[in-house]
Amino acid sequence: MLRKIVDLVTSLKLTIVCLAAGMALIFVGTIAQVHLGIHEAQQRYFQSMFVWWPPEGRGFKIPIFPGGHLIGAVLLINLIAAHAKRFRWTWRKLGIHLTHAGLIIMLAGGDLRETELAVIDTTGEDLDQVTAIPESVLRHSRVIDHWSLPFRIVVRSFYQNSRLKMLSQAGEGARPIANQGPGAMIAVQPAPRAIAPDEREVPSAAIEILPKDGGSLGTWLVSDALGAPQTFACGGRTWMITLRPSRYYKPYSVTLQKFTHEKYAGTEIPKNFSSKVTLIDPERSVNRDVLIYMNHPLRYRGETFYQAGFQPDDSATILQVVHNPSFIAPYVACVIVAAGLLVQFGFHLVGFSRQRRNAIA
Amino acid sequence: MKRSLPWIILVIAAGSIALNWLPPKTAKDDFDLTTFGKIPVLVGGRVKPLDTVARNSLLIIHGKQELRLDGGRRLSAMQWLTDVLFNAPVADRYPLFIVQNADVLGLFGWEQSDRKYFSFAEFTPFLRQIDEQAAQSDKHEAVQRSAYQSAILNLRNGLSLYQRLKNSIQPEGAQNFAGELHAFESSVPDAARAAREREMGENFDQAKLNEVAELVRRYVRLSEMAYMLAVPPVNPPGSSTFAKATADRSIPATANGDWRSVGESLLHSVAAGEIYPVVTEYAIIGDAYRAGDRSLFNQHVDLMANWFAKEEPNAARRTSFEFLFNRLEPFSQSMALYVLAFLLACASWLGGSALLRRSAFYLLLLALAIHTFGLVSRMCLQERPPVTNLYSSAIFIGWGAVIVSLILERIFKDGIGAACAGAIGFVTLIIAHHLAGSGDTLEMLQAVLDTNIWLATHVVAITTGYSAMFLAGMLAIIYVVRGVFTRSLKKPTADSLARMTYGVVCFATLLSFVGTVLGGIWADQSWGRFWGWDPKENGAVLIVLWCAIILHARWGGFIRQRGLMIMAIFGNVVTSFSWFGVNMLGVGLHSYGFMQKAFPWLVGFMVSQFALMCVAAMPLERWRSFRTASTSLREQPQISSAIPAGQTPGQ
Repeated sequence: MLRKIVDLVTSLKLTIVCLAAGMALIFVGTIAQVHLGIHEAQQRYFQSMFVWWPPEGRGFKIPIFPGGHLIGAVLLINLIAAHAKRFRWTWRKLGIHLTHAGLIIMLAGGDLRETELAVIDTTGEDLDQVTAIPESVLRHSRVIDHWSLPFRIVVRSFYQNSRLKMLSQAGEGARPIANQGPGAMIAVQPAPRAIAPDEREVPSAAIEILPKDGGSLGTWLVSDALGAPQTFACGGRTWMITLRPSRYYKPYSVTLQKFTHEKYAGTEIPKNFSSKVTLIDPERSVNRDVLIYMNHPLRYRGETFYQAGFQPDDSATILQVVHNPSFIAPYVACVIVAAGLLVQFGFHLVGFSRQRRNAIA
Repeated sequence: MKRSLPWIILVIAAGSIALNWLPPKTAKDDFDLTTFGKIPVLVGGRVKPLDTVARNSLLIIHGKQELRLDGGRRLSAMQWLTDVLFNAPVADRYPLFIVQNADVLGLFGWEQSDRKYFSFAEFTPFLRQIDEQAAQSDKHEAVQRSAYQSAILNLRNGLSLYQRLKNSIQPEGAQNFAGELHAFESSVPDAARAAREREMGENFDQAKLNEVAELVRRYVRLSEMAYMLAVPPVNPPGSSTFAKATADRSIPATANGDWRSVGESLLHSVAAGEIYPVVTEYAIIGDAYRAGDRSLFNQHVDLMANWFAKEEPNAARRTSFEFLFNRLEPFSQSMALYVLAFLLACASWLGGSALLRRSAFYLLLLALAIHTFGLVSRMCLQERPPVTNLYSSAIFIGWGAVIVSLILERIFKDGIGAACAGAIGFVTLIIAHHLAGSGDTLEMLQAVLDTNIWLATHVVAITTGYSAMFLAGMLAIIYVVRGVFTRSLKKPTADSLARMTYGVVCFATLLSFVGTVLGGIWADQSWGRFWGWDPKENGAVLIVLWCAIILHARWGGFIRQRGLMIMAIFGNVVTSFSWFGVNMLGVGLHSYGFMQKAFPWLVGFMVSQFALMCVAAMPLERWRSFRTASTSLREQPQISSAIPAGQTPGQ
């Protein structure tokens, strides 16, 4: 019995089946992107253990196909097991196997875009104290009770994506979900999840503020679409709340000096975008100007800043920041695999031409 | 005599090509559109000859590079453009715009007939309507538009381009433009004085002001509508009085360094006090053309050409070369040679004659030389590595596949490599030809593509990988077709083919893998992530995976010759999906080229490949080449060249 399992795990047939399953998965996952959008398709097909049906929770779900992570895992086990069992020290085989593993590692990855509910104590003159509540907490919890806040936050409703309209323009029967602040005059409509890769979702929530010593400060609307934070007082201090894209605080600063947008003469075709920024890091005594442009990001302290886009009319530049710890792996893997393949096929070519020479002679 | 057949064929082919290369003679009493066609203008961010603008515009609007009038007369692209630029009322009546969609025709109250082309004059009453309908269609994404919406959008875009062309060099319908400019020039000082007097509250001549105001409005419209920028940048101060004048009035330096449209240049003239010589020349040329005065036209075209040669020598040289390149049409010529070579190679199998095979080989060398000339010329004109858009990828894939095929032919000398070269060369050039319909194939590159290193490495590696995959597929198709339908697939041939296919698949694996990873590295540098499951990335990894499966299956003995061939044919399906299919989804960061029209062709191609796979899956006894006279020995041809025990007669 054990031998049968070992045979299966190390078999070439399993490799081929996994590769074929991988192809099928990638094909279906690619077509699915048309109506699901790249993020959703990625989650469902490539970054999961199984592909489930039905996709949206309907109480039950059954796995109908292995997902990207499962196929990758099986391939990895298969590769290592086969290599261990049919242990051959020819260095050309070693090259290929090592890099197969590298390839699989390379194919794992993803990214997230989240908002946070920032609750800011603005009483102090010099300092603001920010309590940031991630969007995922708002999504799943009803009551938020944190030691730093003199009040509880009750999430009355949460919309992953929404459209906001003034009540006066929202039509008959529209009701606000809040009774305090500007939210009292705004109607919130839930909207379908974003599909296009550069479409941003607008999360909104209705939250009720309940001071810990009793009473209620009313229900407020917080939304990524509301520009300004809202203020209220509680426990002798002033507070601001706002739902905003998640902020990560860095010990260094990047200030934009100049954004340039070159187009080809007489057209709107973009030729080059560049942002000239000043990087100031008091911890490491860094104070220099850097030019960030297409194909030339700024790499600093484990993070990379890319010229990703800009606001219409060149009013703002958009830099994308990526935290990439395994930055060197793909480069190394590529070189190893290429070398391995070259050696492997080189042997074949040499053998072939020798054969032909003998045949002709 | 017979032995020199290959050389004779080669000389005849080379001769007919060479004839094409001779410049056509302009009759003395004809408009010299050759020289006029070489004049540089700036369109789409690139300096190009008027001839290119003519060909591309006509191709976009009309679908062809020449225009056939009712009555049979044919206009070249340059003749058409000259009419459009200077003689709009006449050009408005040419049957130019394609409309075939019944709903669009119905919009104007026209019935569908076999009439395809309509003139601008016929659309004049409906322009506003077309605009509104097109605006509606624009709101939808291209993938989601109906046939009607796409058609009306195409029509609107064609009409819009046409109107912009009409108003590029002079206002459409202007009769005596040179005279008008002369009057403009002389009345500007008076108008300037009148304006000053008005400011100072003195009596002034309103009529003088009005004259110029009217003209200024006209030229503002001209500057807004222009499609091409015909006026080259003003040279540094000292080279002409105009430059000095503008320098004195502190017009910003960048304005001096840019090409301008005629309208813009005229507006600048108001400040400068005189009109730029190029503008006046165009006006005289236009008037001469309308008046039918050929010698005046030719004289001033020559003047302008000389002016450009002196003031903008770089531009003049490049446009001259591009004009030649346009005329030679190297890819059409090599296409014809590829077809011929393919037929000769196939004939050599059936006839068994080495002469036909060698003729094919020589023709292929000639075709490759011309193909290379075209490829290299494009690289020079664009100043980029060879692959920059879908069109150039098709050109390059063909070129790569032909080279590898010719190497195979040289090694094996059995006409197979030659047949592959001919077939793939022809098909890829046809594909390229159809990809050229959207405009300037030498277009400028989007910002993220503005990097020669990655274009030269990643893109070239991936496209060469495509070449290799298609070649492997072609070899497999030859194996199957010859094996099933003819008796010519003898064992040595079968073994050769198998060896070739395997070798080419190995080559494809290496290139596709390296190309894919290079793409990931480029993406990491440019977009901040190595792999994003973007459709184009997925397409590339599918090719690598398929190659890996083929190699693993062969290594494990799960497939032999026939299995290898079937899988290689499927490789064609995977590669065409990766090259074209992913662009048609309209998703992801790689949606650079979008063609809905090609979709039925892609599907048709894939279906054909599946059909071939099914044919190949037939039991081997049913293959004409493997059917034996006496016994029904089921003999599976091996990849190794060892001769199996018990040789079967007739093989």
